[in-house]
Amino acid sequence: MAEKSGADILVQCLVDLGVEVVFGYPGGAVLPIYDALYNHPTIKHVLVRHEQGATHMAEGYARSTGKPGVVLVTSGPGATNAVTGITDALMDSIPMVVITGQVPTQLIGTDAFQEADTIGITRHCTKHNYLVKSPAKLAEVVHEAFHIATTGRPGPVVVDIPKNVQIATAPYARPELKVHASYHPQTKADAAGIDAAVEMLAAAERPILYTGGGVINSGPQAAALLRELAALTGAPVTSTLMGLGAFPASSDQWLGMLGMHGTYEANWAMNQADLVLCVGARFDDRVTGRLDAFAPNSRKIHIDIDRSSINKIVDVDVAIVADVGSALDDIIALWKQRNHQKVDLTEWWSRIAGWRARKSLDYAENGVEIMPQRAIADLYSATKATGKDVIITTEVGQHQMWAAQHFGFDAPNKWLTSGGLGTMGYGFPAAIGAQMGNPDSLCICIAGDASVQMNIQELGTASQYRLPVKLFILNNEYMGMVRQWQELTYESRYSNSYSDSLPDFVKLGEAYGWTGIRIEGPADLEAGIRQMLETDGPVIVDCRVAKMSNCFPMIPSGAAHTDMLLDPSQVEGVMSDEAKALV
Amino acid sequence: MHIQEELSQRHVLSLTVSNEAGILARIAGLFTARGYNIDSLTVADITQDHGVSRITIVTNGPPKVIDQIIAQLDRLVPVHKVTDLTENGPFVERELALVKVAGTGEDRIEALRLADVFRAKVVDTTIESFIFEITGTTDKIDNFVGLMRQIGLVEVGRTGVVGLIRGKDAN
Repeated sequence: MAEKSGADILVQCLVDLGVEVVFGYPGGAVLPIYDALYNHPTIKHVLVRHEQGATHMAEGYARSTGKPGVVLVTSGPGATNAVTGITDALMDSIPMVVITGQVPTQLIGTDAFQEADTIGITRHCTKHNYLVKSPAKLAEVVHEAFHIATTGRPGPVVVDIPKNVQIATAPYARPELKVHASYHPQTKADAAGIDAAVEMLAAAERPILYTGGGVINSGPQAAALLRELAALTGAPVTSTLMGLGAFPASSDQWLGMLGMHGTYEANWAMNQADLVLCVGARFDDRVTGRLDAFAPNSRKIHIDIDRSSINKIVDVDVAIVADVGSALDDIIALWKQRNHQKVDLTEWWSRIAGWRARKSLDYAENGVEIMPQRAIADLYSATKATGKDVIITTEVGQHQMWAAQHFGFDAPNKWLTSGGLGTMGYGFPAAIGAQMGNPDSLCICIAGDASVQMNIQELGTASQYRLPVKLFILNNEYMGMVRQWQELTYESRYSNSYSDSLPDFVKLGEAYGWTGIRIEGPADLEAGIRQMLETDGPVIVDCRVAKMSNCFPMIPSGAAHTDMLLDPSQVEGVMSDEAKALV
Repeated sequence: MHIQEELSQRHVLSLTVSNEAGILARIAGLFTARGYNIDSLTVADITQDHGVSRITIVTNGPPKVIDQIIAQLDRLVPVHKVTDLTENGPFVERELALVKVAGTGEDRIEALRLADVFRAKVVDTTIESFIFEITGTTDKIDNFVGLMRQIGLVEVGRTGVVGLIRGKDAN
């Protein structure tokens, strides 16, 4: 059998696994791999400006294409810089494989130059990780790594390869996939759970479908099945931040997002429901609010591919451990087989109509300043009018919540945001990754002035690869969400939440060869957005919005779904220590 | 504001895992990362090819936390099976301890008498000391060590608990 170097084996595996794009940054401990990638005919390498950027690009690529994102970084600082993105991918269940260089095996443990215990550091922020000590093992490990990253509950997998293992040779043949004898994620539901779910759905008077990122992860088929189930049952649908797009925002059955910044109708419907069908969501604290007041009079069914999500936060009546798509398919099939008819939900819908009438997403405008909600709404209508496939990413903060509230998503994989970890600096690189995977789509990062600076260096990456991403910054000169919490909790003592010494974003963009646009006031908004959309290359937009706007509705920490703040007049400015201590 | 603690129950968990580098760190780290308790942990490989290890963990927590511990352990890639022996009993649990006791005269004789009662074995002796080997449940060893403390306990080494389900079947 022909021998290959470890580096060549790795690259061959990537080819065999269908990898088209690698996001990475070279360094001493990965030079052999970079040499193997030199002028590679099929694998495109995207040179980032910081390894964290590479991980978020891989996440954006993965979330928008359904394919695993691949990252290649060097040892030591290369690996540690990737840790935030790896953790982000773990929290949001994003399939990602991160190849890290390591010092040669004989130097491991000697505090060698650029040595870090990558396996130790990433052990608890990966789904699994490997240190490969022999080139003969490499192919098997890489194939298994991709399998583990993409199956079951997806997640990041790190493969740490010492430099001498990249150079040493071993016989190579394309490996059979041998997976750990102990790795068997359950994807098919037990019949009993499906049976119970169908009967409960058929009997419910006030049902609600509470959906999450699991629907997106399960693939477009799952989103289609969710729509079918909603049509069969007539039940209202709400979603977590991560699940937006799985159910069309344009549907009459859509209640909007639930939770801390969810709509009045979604949260009240959750509170008053007699049946909650949780589909691929995990009862996050941002969703539940005060636990003892969460959907208090409901029976609950939970579909999740990860058994550890069941009963972790909220005890449920029926647990269905399965892939969301497979479980929905089973539920729909049994519903039809039993010839169940839609329950008359007229009364339920009339109550929902009452909550909707509160128009909780409304905001006051003064004609002088651009309200950030208006900027999002106008961006939404303008992008819709282009007829293009639109992919939106966000950073983390007020702008993220406003985008979730005011941008309508009708299809899955079009909304990329950092939900679980809440990583400022996610959105801009994620947009670059999404653009790499979707060259013809309109990829827009909605950012805040503070979080965009966390990975602003990636302006250069977009320039280098001529990626026409749009960076739409809602600039209020504050870390707005921090300031909002200080108003709620600390009597408006704005400790370090002012974005001092902001750069001139227009000039900054121009310095990198981007087009820069500034939108100063309401009169410029429409034209500014139009100019952004009509410009072919990358565009940075500094959209000056009302500085003191806050994000409503809001469930303050420790409060119940029924205790929403709908507007600033309801803010008291102080909180109990118990509420303050919550995240 | 004060932080409230929940009532805990003791559970003995038995895991079979692939015997690979870092597995112990993976398990132990999961407990620290998620704030679970480890009272004792034992590990050794148990198959002819050294491919599989059994890890026995004694932990404590409220029932909901115990369920989470099991689910979290179960989703680690190299974990084959997690059994809660306490829930799936009856089971046998044993711990081994080496107990060093020093003393002369009547103390020395009393130590030997007590060791006899507890079926502890003398595995080392000098004119002024013994090392006893004792196996049994954690309670039994606690009792023995407690008595020896009154006589002249010098030091103790304990293995932590291993356990198996009773009956003819593997769990």
